[in-house]
Amino acid sequence: MAAHAGLPERSTVAWRRPIDAAALRSRERLWTLSTAAYSVPFVATAAILVGVEPGLAPVAALSLVHAWGIPELHANRGAKVVSPRRRRDEAAEATALGLLGDLVGHDARELHDRTGLVLERGALGVWLVGEAGALLVRPGGRRVHCWCVRVDDPSLPSADRTAHLLLALREDETGFATVANLAFSGAAWRVRRRLPEPMRPALDAARAAARRA
Amino acid sequence: MARLVRMDRTGHTTLAEWTDADDAAFATAADAFREQLEAGYYAVVSEGEGQARQVTALPADAPLVILRRPIAGG
Repeated sequence: MAAHAGLPERSTVAWRRPIDAAALRSRERLWTLSTAAYSVPFVATAAILVGVEPGLAPVAALSLVHAWGIPELHANRGAKVVSPRRRRDEAAEATALGLLGDLVGHDARELHDRTGLVLERGALGVWLVGEAGALLVRPGGRRVHCWCVRVDDPSLPSADRTAHLLLALREDETGFATVANLAFSGAAWRVRRRLPEPMRPALDAARAAARRA
Repeated sequence: MARLVRMDRTGHTTLAEWTDADDAAFATAADAFREQLEAGYYAVVSEGEGQARQVTALPADAPLVILRRPIAGG
């Protein structure tokens, strides 16, 4: 039987460095540095303003709001990668759900029914696969990477889009992360606040699994 | 009975079914398989959590072969 070693879609982004564990750690450091670069100047400005003139406290407060809000906006962009899309054909959805259900175990199926996300353990961490993106909870459960990745066929039912991503992830985890675009990397609690409420138990379950890993 | 299914707008479509004992059905399935690969689909055999392999020839021993579209960064 002929079989490929990696995800064939890798060839479409041949210039990218493969996203293995070392590359992920490097990206985590860069995201932390960029978050600090956005936030620290606003915190410093607030401190200086209050130090120079206590009457400027309202302006300092505005500066602190910026320091808090910019990472929140980034986390919001990250959380949106797994936002559910509009359902079109209920019969097709039911058929697609049957196939997706055949691909995952009982626990993952039950979690998907409740949250719309499929939990999948990988070498890089614990994944939550949605229909147009995936979250990767790193070992320890404190950091989440939000990946924007999709199958380019809007006619597919939601569960089929999820199954496409799940199969690609299973074929080649590093290739999957290489093909996907990173929308956010940061604190899990920040992403959790921005997820639709029904999806939050999926992130809780993934964080618990990542802590045990 | 083994199946070749394609994920599509209907949820999925079973394109072919075969058994070890039925060479003609397998040959028909292999033809359908090749047509779909030429149309741009990738064929995957899922092997449980964390494991799947892409195949470029129809494996006679796999119970389920799934045809999927390429993915891309959004």
